[in-house]
Amino acid sequence: MALKKTSVPFKGTPEQEAELKKVIAEMKDVPGALMPIMQKAQEIYGYLPIEVQTMISDETGIPIEKIYGVATFYAQFALEPKGEYQVSVCLGTACYVKGSAKILEKVEETLGIKTGECTPDGKFSIVSCRCVGACGLAPVMMINDEVFGRLTPDQVPGILAKYA
Amino acid sequence: MYRSHVLICGGTGCTSSGSQKVRAALIDEIRKQGLEDEVNVVETGCHGLCEQGPVMVVYPDSTFYAQVKPEDVPEIVTEHLLKGRPVTRLIYNEAVTDEGKVLSLNDTDFYKKQVRVALRNCGVIDPENIEEYIGTGGYQALGKVLTEMTPDQVIQEVLDSGLRGRGGGGFPTGLKWKLCAPNKADQKFVCCNADEGDPGAFMDRSVLEGDPHSVLEAMAIAGYAIGANQGYIYVRAEYPIAVKRLEIAIKQAHEYGLLGEDIFGTGFNFDIGLRLGAGAFVCGEETALMRSIEGKRGEPRPRPPFPAVKGLFDKPTILNNVETYANIPEIINRGAAWFASMGVGKSKGTKVFALGGKITNTGLVEIPMGTPLRTIIEDIGGGCPNGKKFKAVQTGGPSGGCIPASYIDIPVDYDHLAEIGCIIGSGGMIVMDEDNCMVDIAKFFLEFTVDESCGKCTACRIGTRRMLEILEKITSGNGTMEDLDKLEQLAYYVKNNSLCGLGQTAPNPVISTLKFFRDEYIAHIVDKKCPAHVCKSLLQYTIDPAKCKGCTACARQCPVSAISGKVKEPHVIDQSKCIKCGACMATCKFGAISRQ
Repeated sequence: MALKKTSVPFKGTPEQEAELKKVIAEMKDVPGALMPIMQKAQEIYGYLPIEVQTMISDETGIPIEKIYGVATFYAQFALEPKGEYQVSVCLGTACYVKGSAKILEKVEETLGIKTGECTPDGKFSIVSCRCVGACGLAPVMMINDEVFGRLTPDQVPGILAKYA
Repeated sequence: MYRSHVLICGGTGCTSSGSQKVRAALIDEIRKQGLEDEVNVVETGCHGLCEQGPVMVVYPDSTFYAQVKPEDVPEIVTEHLLKGRPVTRLIYNEAVTDEGKVLSLNDTDFYKKQVRVALRNCGVIDPENIEEYIGTGGYQALGKVLTEMTPDQVIQEVLDSGLRGRGGGGFPTGLKWKLCAPNKADQKFVCCNADEGDPGAFMDRSVLEGDPHSVLEAMAIAGYAIGANQGYIYVRAEYPIAVKRLEIAIKQAHEYGLLGEDIFGTGFNFDIGLRLGAGAFVCGEETALMRSIEGKRGEPRPRPPFPAVKGLFDKPTILNNVETYANIPEIINRGAAWFASMGVGKSKGTKVFALGGKITNTGLVEIPMGTPLRTIIEDIGGGCPNGKKFKAVQTGGPSGGCIPASYIDIPVDYDHLAEIGCIIGSGGMIVMDEDNCMVDIAKFFLEFTVDESCGKCTACRIGTRRMLEILEKITSGNGTMEDLDKLEQLAYYVKNNSLCGLGQTAPNPVISTLKFFRDEYIAHIVDKKCPAHVCKSLLQYTIDPAKCKGCTACARQCPVSAISGKVKEPHVIDQSKCIKCGACMATCKFGAISRQ
């Protein structure tokens, strides 16, 4: 099985590695611990490059292809690093019928990248997400943890400019 | 003793519109004015009226403030909390009569037809304080079950109540428990499906955020009924507030001896673990969810064996949804007959719906089963905003269908909706008006299921993709009438041949829009027109030379320079260059540009 290398070189620190090993030691005997371990690992590193997956495999004894299988199955696990500011535009139904597709288009146009990509300076990345559960404020977008609701496309450049 | 309590919503909707800043300002202002021994600030779960957030209720008079900003806080504290004069301009406008009289919350249109059972504590108690739950009768049902009832009696009570699964399937809950109880094993499991994946549905999130203990209590009751002592809650990682409150609730329940070993001194042990979902819609399917808890790819498997026999870690398991569990303590406390007295036919009790889309009052509503759709849309929801015409309501998310405006008097319950090819599903209700294209909506849901199909079975993996391709062909103006037949055939093929619920229901949005809105499909195919002006490829922008003043505003706005013309002379749009972005129409001050 060919494992895809990520385009950005891996920059893990020994501290991060020690933290991950501690987490694994605590959890590895719990039944079904693989996903919680991977979720912790993603918290530590921000994403799950092949180097981190290999570390999990070495420590838990779970074959790497199982781990890669899980990592690629779930939308939450990222094999590529995210931008410093992750822009998530909600494409849940409530937001969609209120025009969130136009919001996403405007974000892409303003940043000059497509959904799933990261700007070359590593500042912004765009994802479309399913319902964030703030349907009362539709259409909604999030920049990291901050929520912007009742959006119109012409508000988008101004909001993004605050982060640039 | 406090003389006044201020309840401020800390649910996701209100947090998103800034309730935390309001809360901080409130606490600060109360301290400044020296009222901290008289007024208590409580952070609660969702009140349901998310549209009006951040929401705040002042008791004992239950004044309902809406869209409160931090800068409004000093006025509320000085006028209302100190001098006892409600700040009328900030009160939810439905709660003030034309004569200026302030109504109690339960007398407003949004609330007066609601019956809150699953949501009974949401917005009323502090979800991070177990004593408030106990103060409203919490954990009484567990005590009653453990000390006065046999497991069989518990199951019979739930059976008699007529409670059916609130997550979408509608399977009788008591029967599920009854099928699992006799299976012998060294270990059994009680699972809770809190992987609320249907876009537009957020009732489970609100229950977890507003009343987490009701779910823990119900799971312990279920554990006693089927003979299990371990539970798992599988909750979406996208719900951080719900996860945090569940963690707090589990810890507190342990401290009070309501979870763990020897509960109420009866020798019954029960514990609950949390597992976070990782963003896969298919994990709402029971066998996929259990695989995911086991730490594997969340792919469903064929049934039988059913989870009641062989579920999580190959042990007998029951799985119920959050809202289903939230009903259980009330059924035990108030009796099956009370619960069964609400609702109609084989749909008993109440159901929570998440109203969203083109409706004035978006938010959560809980109503008795069988309430007419008209009551929900017009009386509670307040109809479509901006005077637009109501066209349809989509229920059940990507697994559901559309109810057209002509069926607005249909009673909303499992069986009546099934008759017209719809489902209640998890309870999402997305309202659409004349500006929504039904073909586009069908395409939207297909894109979702194509994306979320796990790929295990061919019918779903390939079938849904082919259906999406046909829809894309139709919405881009290249469809033929044969495509329509092919689409319909394929829809039934996928429905009948898929392995799990995801594939079996994925064609529903297509089937139901074809049934009720076939003319819109035909308009796209034969007339090459999108009646709702949504499908871009079928739009055409033109400039009326009689109205155009030649101000050049549109030509300057056009991102692809498709508009040309001399100053003070009528302009024209080059259709071959136009990307139909609509920027020109938005710019024109003279209404000279039209869209067809």
